[in-house]
Amino acid sequence: MSNDKLKDMLVADLGGKGEITEFLSEVVVTITSKELLDLANKLKSDKYDFDFLVNLTAVDFEENFTVVYNFRSLSNKTKLVLRVVISKEEPSLPSVIGIWKTADWQEREVFDLLGIIFTGHPELHRILLADDFEGYPLRKDYKFDSRR
Amino acid sequence: MCKDMTTKEHTLKTQEFTLNIGPQHPSTHGVFRLVLTLDGETITKAESVVGYLHRGIEKLAEARTYTQVITYTDRMDYLSAMLTNLGYVQTVEKLIEIKVPERAEYIRIIMAELQRMASHMVAIGSYVQDVGITGTSIFMYNLIDREKILDLFEMVSGSRLTYSYMRIGGVADDLPLEFIPALEKFLDEVPASIEQYWALSSKNEIFQSRLRGVGVISAEDAINYGFSGPNLRGSGVDYDLRKAEPYGIYDRFDFNVPVLENGDSLDRFLCRGAELEQSIKIIRQAIKDLPEGEVIAKMPKVIKPPKGEVYHQIESSRGILGYYIVSDGSSKPYRMHVRRPSFINLIPMDEMLVGLKLADAITVLGSIDIVLGEVDG
Repeated sequence: MSNDKLKDMLVADLGGKGEITEFLSEVVVTITSKELLDLANKLKSDKYDFDFLVNLTAVDFEENFTVVYNFRSLSNKTKLVLRVVISKEEPSLPSVIGIWKTADWQEREVFDLLGIIFTGHPELHRILLADDFEGYPLRKDYKFDSRR
Repeated sequence: MCKDMTTKEHTLKTQEFTLNIGPQHPSTHGVFRLVLTLDGETITKAESVVGYLHRGIEKLAEARTYTQVITYTDRMDYLSAMLTNLGYVQTVEKLIEIKVPERAEYIRIIMAELQRMASHMVAIGSYVQDVGITGTSIFMYNLIDREKILDLFEMVSGSRLTYSYMRIGGVADDLPLEFIPALEKFLDEVPASIEQYWALSSKNEIFQSRLRGVGVISAEDAINYGFSGPNLRGSGVDYDLRKAEPYGIYDRFDFNVPVLENGDSLDRFLCRGAELEQSIKIIRQAIKDLPEGEVIAKMPKVIKPPKGEVYHQIESSRGILGYYIVSDGSSKPYRMHVRRPSFINLIPMDEMLVGLKLADAITVLGSIDIVLGEVDG
């Protein structure tokens, strides 16, 4: 599927919401958490067939948190980058674990290190850090003694 | 006259019990904890606990220059350091949009495929040792061959395990004069050596019956769980990034991607074994076509990629290794995330273990081939 065709389909499905651009020959879609589940279900369906969620991570920008999803479609040989912008005051968005099971530990890792809540995740607790760890280290305001 | 042993007074009261494997355990290949709930010898529930080797590499990377981060990437998957280096430098190069010199590209292919072989040798040897068939014998054969590869790596980079040999724009140093002759000698000797592995492992009937049908995952589940590498190809999915999304100059090489159908531990093991032969094929082609020239592009002293976000992935020996880098225009990455194959390959394991026997837990864990440095990052 060519990038242009993919962009056209996404514009139609998003109905004017969100932003669709292209960077380094990959289509990038930026939306808010309200559009996420709906779009995610469409992306998994046969229409796009993005069956492979290769990467799920998040970034602490100055003005917001952005959760980034990288998709691959094995049958259509296409790529897609999905960025979901959420506020720092209420960092939560729906979990996509019901659609792609690989989101399980990746969302737990984002919760563990950045404190973003994925609603609907059955077991959202810390995975890499100790269970009684306080704070979210990957946040930019996390202070630690670097001794450098 | 036997009493009927199933009368109420004679039934045995049973209950499930919890068994904790790890974090210190010789068969978990590192600090990994597996909590199993057992009904007799059958596993009813499995829970993996990771994070014992978490070193905060993603946070550290935010306070180091782009070149300094290369040394961290070595230490994540320390058994495939060349490949982890390669993934990272290619991601930064993608953002800077720089062209790597031809000679460096061919050297990268040689190093990447040698590294794949070394990593698979450890995977095969330690796995056979875990399954317990011939104890440490096969592992020693694998390690002898791997030592020859590590000698080659020491010749080019000075290190045996964590090389930091790949640099942004090329490779650190040119090949010394002794390298190609030593490499060719190794490639001539190793096929006969590899044949020895199979006689004691995959051709062994007990090995086959311990692995056949154990830890099966379907193709659809594998993709949904994000399984990758030889694990995914063992379930019948023909997806190898070297062919599907060629990076570097892999599209110039002629090689096959072994794919097997059953999705059990034996097929994952056989896939790894078959990849050894393909790597030899690629290296020979690379030596033949190796051009003269520079080994690193002209780079500024301080590397400052333009503002932007990039994701790039390569086919590491354990699966799809991806790097997601956010640059704010300064000399240090604003955010670096590593899509670690060992971490994600462990996700389906909890479900794969249900219904298997206790001894199969180690079989399945070994067949997934994890490295804890990469699981925890």
